[in-house]
Order: sequence, then C-alpha cells, then structure tokens
Amino acid sequence: MTRADHRADHRADHRVDHRAGTEPGVTPSPALPGRTGRTDRSPARRPARGRTSLLGRVAPPVLVVLLLLVVWQWTVTALDVRPQVLPSPLRVVEQGWAFRDVLWANTVPTLQVTGVGFAVSLAVGWVLAVVVDFSPWLRRALVPLLVASQTLPIIAIAPLMIIWFGFGLLPKVLVIALVTFFPIAVGLIEGFSRADPEASNLLRSMGGGRWAEFRYVRLPGALPSFFTALRIAITYAVTGAIFAEYVGARAGLGIYMAQQKNSFRTDLVLAAVAVAALVSVALFGLTYLVERVVAPWIRRTRS
Amino acid sequence: MTLLKITVDGVELAFGDLPVLDGVSFDVAPGEFVSILGPSGCGKSTLFGVLAGLVAPFRGRVLVDGAPAGRETFGYMPQKDLLFPWRTVLDNTTLGLEVGGMRRREARERARELFGPFGLVGFEKSRPAELSGGMRQRAALLRTVVQDREVLLLDEPFGALDSLTRTAMQEWLEDVRGRFGWTVLLITHDIREAVFLSDRVLVLSPRPAHVAREVRIDLPRPREVGVLTDPAFAAAEAELLDTLRGGTRL
Repeated sequence: MTRADHRADHRADHRVDHRAGTEPGVTPSPALPGRTGRTDRSPARRPARGRTSLLGRVAPPVLVVLLLLVVWQWTVTALDVRPQVLPSPLRVVEQGWAFRDVLWANTVPTLQVTGVGFAVSLAVGWVLAVVVDFSPWLRRALVPLLVASQTLPIIAIAPLMIIWFGFGLLPKVLVIALVTFFPIAVGLIEGFSRADPEASNLLRSMGGGRWAEFRYVRLPGALPSFFTALRIAITYAVTGAIFAEYVGARAGLGIYMAQQKNSFRTDLVLAAVAVAALVSVALFGLTYLVERVVAPWIRRTRS
Repeated sequence: MTLLKITVDGVELAFGDLPVLDGVSFDVAPGEFVSILGPSGCGKSTLFGVLAGLVAPFRGRVLVDGAPAGRETFGYMPQKDLLFPWRTVLDNTTLGLEVGGMRRREARERARELFGPFGLVGFEKSRPAELSGGMRQRAALLRTVVQDREVLLLDEPFGALDSLTRTAMQEWLEDVRGRFGWTVLLITHDIREAVFLSDRVLVLSPRPAHVAREVRIDLPRPREVGVLTDPAFAAAEAELLDTLRGGTRL
C-alpha cells in the first residue's frame, strides 16, 4: 500500500466516524472522538437559531428602513426641496394619516381585485401544472405557450383589456392572473418533476398506478417549490393590481395614485405606495402562515 | 425439496444494446434466506426490478409455485430508504397498505403492531429526519414487511450505514427473521453479511449477469456474532471471495 493510499483510507475511515456522529439515535460513546462533539453541539445550536430568528429577522430590515428615512428626511430639510417634488417622509405620514379614510376606501377595492385575481391565477396555475404533469404531449404543447405568454408587454395589454372588458373587475383580474400564474405553474411543474424516480418505483411495487404516484409522491413533494413560487407570485399580484387600476378604474390604490400625481400631490402618491408596500409584505408573511398550516414539515426539513 | 416457492427461470433483459441479464435462474424455498452477491453494476438491482414487476424481462419467467408471479408476490425495499418527510414515521410505514386501498386507521393499527419488534416504539409520530440511520432502515423494512408479501426483496438495506450500526442491524435482522419466518432475497456487496444471514449465497457474473456460483451456508441458526469465528464461516467467506475475484479478473 502506498502512502497516498494509506492516507485516502484514513480519510474514508474518518468520514464513516463522522457520519455515525450525526446520527441522533446512536448512543453517544465517549470512546469515539468527533461523535460526542457533534451530538453535544447540535441540540444546543438549534434552539439558539430559533430564538434569534424572530428578532434577528425583523430587526435588520427595520433598522435599514429607518436609516434610509432619516437620510431622506434630513436631505429634504437641508436642501429645502419643494414638497411637490419630493415630500419629506414625515409629511407623507402626516398627509397619509389625514387622508386615511380615502386611502382605506381605495385600499379595499385593490385588496378585492388582488384576492380574486390571485385566486383565478392559483386555479389556472394548478390546473395547468397537473395537466402538464400527467400528459407529456400537453407538456410539449403548453410549456412554450406559457413562456410566450410572459413576453406579452403588460403595459400594452392592460389598456386593451380596459377597451375590451370595461372598468370592472374582469380586466384587472385578467392582468393579475396573467402576471402571476406563470411562477405558480412553473414552480409546481418543476416541483412535480423533482420527485425521486425510485420513489415512483417503490409506489409501483406497492401496486400503485400513476394517480397513486401523484398523490403520495409528486404532490406532497412539490409543496416546497409551490410555496416558494407562491411568495414570488403574491408580490407580483399587488403590483399587477395597482398597474391594472392605474390604467383605468373607478376606485383603488392604482387609480388613486394616478389622480394624486395629476394634481401634484406627491406626498399622497407616496402614502399610497407605502400602503401598497404594507399590503404586499403582509400577504408575503401570510404565505408563511399558510405553509405552516398546510405543510408544517417543510419548515422542519429546511432547517 | 418438494415444493419450490419461487422459481426464476432464464430471465434475460437488455437496456438498448446493452445486455444486462443473461439467463438468470434460481429457486427460493419458503422461509429461505438467499443473498445475491456480484460485482458492481452487474445487474443485481435490475434483477430485483424484474422480480418486483417494474421491468418486464425479454425472455424467461418468474413463477410462484408454478404459476406466474404477480406484483403481489414481492415486497420491495429499494436501496434508499425513501421515507417521505411529509409523513410521520407511522404514516410512512403504512404507505404500502394505503396504496393497496386499506383504510388509514386499519393500516395504522397493523403497522403499529410491528413497531415493538422493529425497535421503533415511541417514534410513531416523529418525522423521518429525527431517526438515526439504523432506525430509518428499520422503518423502511417495516413498510415493506407490513404489506405481507410472500418474499422480501432487500436491495442493500445496510449499505449506507456505518459498520457498527450495520453489524447491529445484521444481528437484529437474523433474530427478527427467525421469529417471523420471512422468505428473503438480499442484495449485498458485503460477503460477511451474506454469509452471516443466508442459507444460500448466489454469486452473479459480471454483466451480462447469470448465476455463476451457488454456495450453501450450513451454519446452525439462530446465528450470533460468535459464528463469525467458526471455521465453516471463514471457509464460506473465502470461497465467495475467491469466486468474486475470479469474476473481476475476467
């Protein structure tokens, strides 16, 4: 045996020891170094990570935002910028609060449109993904179309929707669905096909067919990527709603922004933007809540 | 032998131009433990695929008491444990029963009975990630056993375990198999494991595979670690090693 061989062997042995150490069920034996070290540390580290996560996750973005606001406030005051051009953050808050009733009255329709549009988008995304998963032929036929649908310039399509479908709910729902169904469908399609082929062999050996494979393996296995896609899509949904309203609506944050811009109320435009941002963040957070209820195992396997 | 339980008769298979199985034939008697050894990539797992009904052979038959075997004959345990993170340990073990159409509650009751002998009591509601490597393999075996198939196909069940756990698992399997009287076909790379557990060891040739040699292990059961030092054990080990070496030199 050459020296290099010897070293490689040694390393291989070491690796085996290491793996044994990560197994929680194996009773820790002090005779094996590395084993006790690992098992001792990991339970202590896990709760620590959990404790920092809540405060540790919220504090940094809040601090950064506060810092930016301070810089903004200071700049506006120091340079004496006209509020029609750039209002100070304090003025935005002040005016936003003064006009809170109007803002709220315009937030509700936006929320409604977002909700309905996103529901439609979810339904379309799921149906497409499941259909594509069951039929290779439809996969080849539909996936290029899905991609092509994303090249449609929304900025040109949205006004046409108003011309075709009027100022009601429908054109806005369509715009939101068009913007958001794609990440959902793609996330699901990829999630389904990420299933381990050996898991489908196992299912078949148990006597299960394609449907059993889908139900027991592909569907639950796709949930992590579905929730990732959901988070991307939900942020697009609010932006999509506002854009659709901006082009033409009776009420909503989008049309409100357009009106305030036209009367040079920059402060109220920004107040509406802040409300829209809050709505987006809230909906984004909601997806974690839904995930925890629907598939609590995702969080555990992720950490 | 009066009644042959399982007969594998001249099974041939190729993947495209690549012949994988070239007339594999052997028998397995009821309650027998047969191991299959062979050089890497010789088609052992493919043979299990044929037995489990996942791949249809080009030629040859798999018979149970003279009649063609169905999917219901073999309980298949793949190399990976394939425990699903979205199911609890208990619900992972009932998977086969649920796929077979059994009510969930009934399936759980059936599986729960086996948690004792499989050393998994108290882990019913755990997630697979919380189990050690050895426990994961036992859970995967439970999932296979609870389906109540006639023959268990175990594809390198202990391959990924460290040697200490592996030895413990081999002893455990020897013990529990004796108690339940399972008929087992085991794929392994570990000659010692094959000798320790088996009544017979089949050595496959390099691809395309056929049964190159059959070694009967006449050691008393139940076997314990002490058997490792038995001269007959060493002799069987040496014979198998020799056959495998001869095979790779070709």
